[in-house]
Amino acid sequence: MIMKRIRNLRFSLCGNYLERYEQELAIFETDFGRLCLLAAILFLFAVVPFISGPYTLYLLIIIAITSIAALGLNILVGFTGQLSLGHGAFFGVGAYAAAILATDYNFPFIVSVLAAGFITAIVGIGFGLPSGRLKGLYLTIATLAGQFIIEHVLVHWESVTKGVRGIVLPPPTIFGFYLDGDVAYFYVTFIALVLMAFIAVNIMRSRYGRAFVAIRDNDRAAEGMGIPIFPYKLLSFAISSFYAGFAGALWAYYMVSITAEPFTLTLSVEFIAMIIIGGLGSIPGAIFGATFITMLNEILRLFTQFLMTAPFMSGIELTLAPLRELAFGLAIVLFIIFEPRGLAEIWRIVKSNFRLWPFSY
Amino acid sequence: MEFFLQLLINGISLGFLYGLAAMGFVMIFKASRVLNFAHGEILALGAYIFLTLVTWAQLPILVAFILSLMGSFILGFVIERLFLRPLIGEPLIYVIMLTVGLAAMFKGIMLLIWGGNLYVYPDFLPAWLALDLGPLTVQPVYVASIIIGLIFLSIFGLFFKFSSQGIYMRSVADNQPAAMSLGVHVRRVFALSWAIAALVAGMRGIVLGIISGINVHDLSAIGLKVFPVVILGGLDSIGGAIIAALIIGLLETFTGGYISPSLRDVVPYACLIFILLVKPYGLFGLVEIERV
Amino acid sequence: MKDDILLQINNISVVYSDVIQVLKGVSLAVSEGRIVSLLGSNGAGKTTTLKAISGLLKTENGQVTDGSIEFGGRSIHNLSTEMITRMGIIQVLEGRQPFKYLTIEENLRVGTATRWGKPYKRDMEMIYEYFPVLASRKKSLAGYCSGGELQMLVMGRALMAHPRLLLLDEPSLGLAPLVVREIFQIIRRINLEQHTTIVLVEQNANMALQIAHYGYVMENGKIVMEGKSEDLKENPDIKEFYLGLAASGDQKSFKNVKSYKRRKRWL
Repeated sequence: MIMKRIRNLRFSLCGNYLERYEQELAIFETDFGRLCLLAAILFLFAVVPFISGPYTLYLLIIIAITSIAALGLNILVGFTGQLSLGHGAFFGVGAYAAAILATDYNFPFIVSVLAAGFITAIVGIGFGLPSGRLKGLYLTIATLAGQFIIEHVLVHWESVTKGVRGIVLPPPTIFGFYLDGDVAYFYVTFIALVLMAFIAVNIMRSRYGRAFVAIRDNDRAAEGMGIPIFPYKLLSFAISSFYAGFAGALWAYYMVSITAEPFTLTLSVEFIAMIIIGGLGSIPGAIFGATFITMLNEILRLFTQFLMTAPFMSGIELTLAPLRELAFGLAIVLFIIFEPRGLAEIWRIVKSNFRLWPFSY
Repeated sequence: MEFFLQLLINGISLGFLYGLAAMGFVMIFKASRVLNFAHGEILALGAYIFLTLVTWAQLPILVAFILSLMGSFILGFVIERLFLRPLIGEPLIYVIMLTVGLAAMFKGIMLLIWGGNLYVYPDFLPAWLALDLGPLTVQPVYVASIIIGLIFLSIFGLFFKFSSQGIYMRSVADNQPAAMSLGVHVRRVFALSWAIAALVAGMRGIVLGIISGINVHDLSAIGLKVFPVVILGGLDSIGGAIIAALIIGLLETFTGGYISPSLRDVVPYACLIFILLVKPYGLFGLVEIERV
Repeated sequence: MKDDILLQINNISVVYSDVIQVLKGVSLAVSEGRIVSLLGSNGAGKTTTLKAISGLLKTENGQVTDGSIEFGGRSIHNLSTEMITRMGIIQVLEGRQPFKYLTIEENLRVGTATRWGKPYKRDMEMIYEYFPVLASRKKSLAGYCSGGELQMLVMGRALMAHPRLLLLDEPSLGLAPLVVREIFQIIRRINLEQHTTIVLVEQNANMALQIAHYGYVMENGKIVMEGKSEDLKENPDIKEFYLGLAASGDQKSFKNVKSYKRRKRWL
């Protein structure tokens, strides 16, 4: 009996030994992968916050927050095959929702972050509705419209959003504890990331996830199999908006004061760049992509700083914005042309090369 | 009343400009089903090429105009060759995201070269082009843009409807494998449609530059304004796009004039959401014929 | 088969996506002015063979890895579809692929792509003569036509290109028996009057063998049998597996439940 309960741990395998459908659903191909992930998470929580300086910590928190948003976008784009150009605006809706709830209504941290997620999901559904009647890329266009309308509302609805002056958030508290300092916030964001990633992985294994993939691969066939396309598309869009809003709320609390300025189309494009570079339809891919873009942003910032102080550049004014646009655009284009499945695929190849070494065929 | 008329005229000329931009867009969409998010940037590049030729190289206006149109044509060709060609056969969503990437890339390049400042062309349109309508006059540039617009539109309309090459282009849009099996040169069709679209976009960029000055951000934002227009008109109807462009142009100027200037840029998008809800294939779009 | 050989396929292998081998050494020859039919069950590789000839394989990530294809003495398996179609090989795709948003007439005009700029009015008349149904619907969108009309349309469209070799992929797919009969009669007429060489892929072996001069049977990516149509029709294996007749030539009877499945002799 006991032997049956404790199955053999599987550490390496070279080849596809799947015999039952349940095996297809397994998250980890080997138990080695499971152990590695556990070890990584342990390391992340037990060691990382204590060895990294404030700057690294800041970067890590930003990575965690953008990863959550990118996860949401990947559910919509990578798994359901609907391109959204409004993710940046939805991120902003979440940030503003949390800020307004926290200041005007004195909601506690957790409640206002979750509520921000739900509010964003509802706004998302509103903009997703028009896409339901048509197949194809209409959601893309509807979300583009959403991007501009939301941007406009955030700036001009002054009675609620305080317009260009922005909103200052109270410091976050959890059950009476003040989350002051980056270490505390590090734990909040990374626990949120692990939870959200866990939820995302498991949504994709459920009937809903399978329905999303079916719609992506062939919506006609999916409809023929009895999947109502419109509700599922909306659901996927709502989930994705929830992730965006949730991440936006975390971001707002971290930034303390927010204005409508960052939530532009450029941010939406940045999110798209993340999931393309990370790998469409891959949960770890979203995290890879968010990491990549955040690091790229930082490197570009340092690079322009360096150039501006360099003596030979005097007289030439150089700003960050164009370089950033250029780098994102170039990264998207290069990845699509050369490795459309993104960093996740490169990671998989590297992994299996190690696993199968020295017989990599 | 005078104000109303002025808005009406502005709206119509704005509409014509949108119509021209939409035309290039619809062309790419018809041939390859690609929604081109880099349209505004291609348009801005056309305007900048013209600017450089006129102010820096000091070429005569007509020569510069023709040269920049040729430049845009070649640019479209090169974009297709370098970026789109490797993606033939990949899922459409990759192609569209590629255009999103291209848009960001071009924008970055233009900002690096020309910066974010506003430039204006030297005044060169003859004054006799101005149209005198009693109490108000229509500026020469609007008259010129309407004339150029009409010429281009009728040329391309006839081209698609009657010429063999136009029919081949439409056949590729319709069913690529079938077109290939009949010997239609699919790659040539793609290249041609990108080149023509870039040419039209470049032309439009120049006209816009004359009207409101050249600035990367403004011009690329106008590229995105094309979406409400083409959705209203139906994604694959050039005639529909023109009428829709007039509607959107008027809507914009009247909102700007009577309600609030800040709403002006949002109204087309609100309108777009409304259209998608009420008449999803646009006013003149083809209803998808689907036989499974 | 002493006539001029128009198309000669020598021992070709086709691999999709570098891993899936579909054709394993297929050879066949098509003589000028003949109808050759290619029979076989689903997945035997008939369509792949046609696509290897017309060059459409490349767009589907397929590749001719071995052997050669010669058309009129020229090796063509490395050429692009554009080149191959301009040499006069036109494939009519399986499952009727009209241009849905073009009118019937515009559909036919696409057929002139290989000889762009040449007059086409007389060819159009000829097509309408072969397929009178099309003439009455000239201006209507192809997307709204019936299956039979569409099959005629795509065949007419291919004829507009003046093909020397016409590759027909399952023209009878999903059509009523009477329409199938009509279409096969037209195929025979085209062959007789235009001297177009035709390769016909069919599931409907009975019809195909009636109009073809020569036939090949494919299975699992190989040619397993070939012969004159009359001979094939008499072959007991063909009768059993493709014509649905018992070995004796009678209609197969299900009364005889205990009968063992006849073993295919070529396996």
